[in-house]
Amino acid sequence: MLKATFPHIGNSYIPFRTLLTELGLDPVIPPPITQRTISLGTQIAPEFACFPLKVNLGNYIEAIEKGAEMILMAGGVGPCRFGYYGEVQREILRDAGYSVEFFVLEAPKTHPRELWEKIKRVFPRHRAPDLLRAVRKAWVKADALDRFDRMANHVRAREEKKGEVSRLQNRFYQQLDQADSMGEIRRVADGFLEELKAVPVRKESQPLRIRLVGEIYMVLEPSVNFHIERVLGEMGVDVERTIYFTDWVKETLLKSIYDPNWREPLLAVARPYLKNFVGGHGLETVAHTVEAGVNRYDGVIQLAPFTCMPEIVAMQVLPAVSRDLDIPYLTLIIDEHAAEAGIMTRLEAFIDLLYYHRNSQGGGKAGEAVSGY
Amino acid sequence: MKLFLGIDVGSVSTNIVVIDGNGQLLDKLYIRSRGNPVGSVQQGLATVLKTLKGHEVAGVGTTGSGRQLIGTLVGADLIKNEITAHAVACLNLVPDVQTIIEIGGQDSKLIVIRDGIVSDFAMNTVCAAGTGSFLDQQAARLNMDVGQLGDMAAQGEHPVRIAGRCAVFAESDMIHKQQMGHKIEDILAGLCRALVRNFLSNLGKGREIKPPVIFQGGVAANRGIRLAFEEALGFPLIIPEHYDVMGALGVALLARDKMLAGEGSSAFKGLEIVDSAIETGSFDCDGCANQCEVIELRQEGMLIACLGDKCGKWSHRVHYTQGVRETVQVG
Repeated sequence: MLKATFPHIGNSYIPFRTLLTELGLDPVIPPPITQRTISLGTQIAPEFACFPLKVNLGNYIEAIEKGAEMILMAGGVGPCRFGYYGEVQREILRDAGYSVEFFVLEAPKTHPRELWEKIKRVFPRHRAPDLLRAVRKAWVKADALDRFDRMANHVRAREEKKGEVSRLQNRFYQQLDQADSMGEIRRVADGFLEELKAVPVRKESQPLRIRLVGEIYMVLEPSVNFHIERVLGEMGVDVERTIYFTDWVKETLLKSIYDPNWREPLLAVARPYLKNFVGGHGLETVAHTVEAGVNRYDGVIQLAPFTCMPEIVAMQVLPAVSRDLDIPYLTLIIDEHAAEAGIMTRLEAFIDLLYYHRNSQGGGKAGEAVSGY
Repeated sequence: MKLFLGIDVGSVSTNIVVIDGNGQLLDKLYIRSRGNPVGSVQQGLATVLKTLKGHEVAGVGTTGSGRQLIGTLVGADLIKNEITAHAVACLNLVPDVQTIIEIGGQDSKLIVIRDGIVSDFAMNTVCAAGTGSFLDQQAARLNMDVGQLGDMAAQGEHPVRIAGRCAVFAESDMIHKQQMGHKIEDILAGLCRALVRNFLSNLGKGREIKPPVIFQGGVAANRGIRLAFEEALGFPLIIPEHYDVMGALGVALLARDKMLAGEGSSAFKGLEIVDSAIETGSFDCDGCANQCEVIELRQEGMLIACLGDKCGKWSHRVHYTQGVRETVQVG
């Protein structure tokens, strides 16, 4: 069987492993992203390429070391540079002397036949029933992950024993990854959800509510965003991530194929601050920040890789949104030079700011209560 | 009397203040860390000993980039980031302050305050041009001390235009202007303006800088930078009396508030740490490809803290080995 790999993005390796196995390939999961991955990637990537491109390259190299013979990567069109990552990465790998097959899969906007031809070429088991079963199984896993993670952020902010939710989450990932049959997947998913609900929580606390917005890769991949969900959660903050993999597939990937007006609801919310689709998740960042303001969240954190054009556009209008709707926000720009100490200082200061902000609205005196992390 | 300690362990200096329950500053200390935060804290505590004598240390707070390490070492009741600490100190001093400009050894910060609370802040990210370290280095290059550099810059009557985007290019531009024959006062005045431009365009972008503005941190002593700020902003800056130890003052105030509000007594380990042998060491953990640089802190041979490991493998061990001598074999 052909050994195939793909870049990491959050926990998506779990459904992707299932998908590739079902389609008759032997998946090679790149080792978890570490400093080594990042430095391998940055060595061969152009300095001003976006950070995710560099980390992807590191994933490829480490997967090739584990025997991968083929790389699968998504592509796309639009103002964001991501659309062309695949092609650029293919060239970079070739120049660096790696000989692997490189397949870029794109949503079929104009040439559906081309995608079908590619699928037939890449996947040994590509009959319609095979495809359906593979996609269904992978989808159930992806859905289970997102349901768990959504609730985990909620519970983590209130857990009595620090770290309990994160430990449960790790065990869940491992067991779901190993679950093979549909029945077992469902059993693991339901079982862990029950366990999560049973985690002892502090009843009296009213955690800060923060929305996490920004570029999809930085939001989904904990090893590049300094585990921001876990860190904030363990400081007692209820983090609402605005991007989930399954949402993205449902709302962006699929809708964009059949509904030319799929962006209308987002545009309606983001107006008058932003009137155009600016690529990537720029529009979503603005729309979700507006929503956070309207719905009285305590704050918003925007994550962006250095040189990310759509997020830079969004960043220019966030001060106006923040002023008009009285919603504090913090932008974190991350690349291989970002230092953990600096990020933590900013996060801690931002959390203090939010507590002061909340107390001042509730009529409290400035400086009265400070977060107790 | 109940006294409270604030310790700010920064990149360049270690600052300690002692305050009483009314927030009155009784003693302050500004020492250069010289890359040895632990030693400088020990030295600092030894110096404030005379002020503490006969009184109770009822609360200790630490801040600055070394806040975790030193916080563990001294037994801090409160470990707080420097942005909050600075804001608290300023608000205590000038309750209607709207903006804080803080320039320290390697950090520069802009803190926006509205209605008595922090509403926004920014810290330099990619560049340390204009911070204390850079000015130190320029002063050394020109064979003067950093105070002289500021006074000279303040005398410049025709500031020369210097590229301030990048510290390295600013330096080469200065050398070039020296070779062209410009007066050193004018070059230094130009440098200060360039660094202020850099600060305002990097950190000030999209933020309204309203008076009253407090200017603090080690660089606030630099007359050249201060004049350049006042010229660019169009109004005078307030430089607090204790501009160089505001972070320590802020965290001392926070520790006081916390301890006076609560019941418990201070976790301060006492002044024994002044005389005990404190060792710090580091090693690369080879448990995974992250290869974390783990810092260990030992007091009289006992492991009292491990910092820097992402997964908690080493830092968790400390709790189990408290009180047990030399049981952890490291490496």
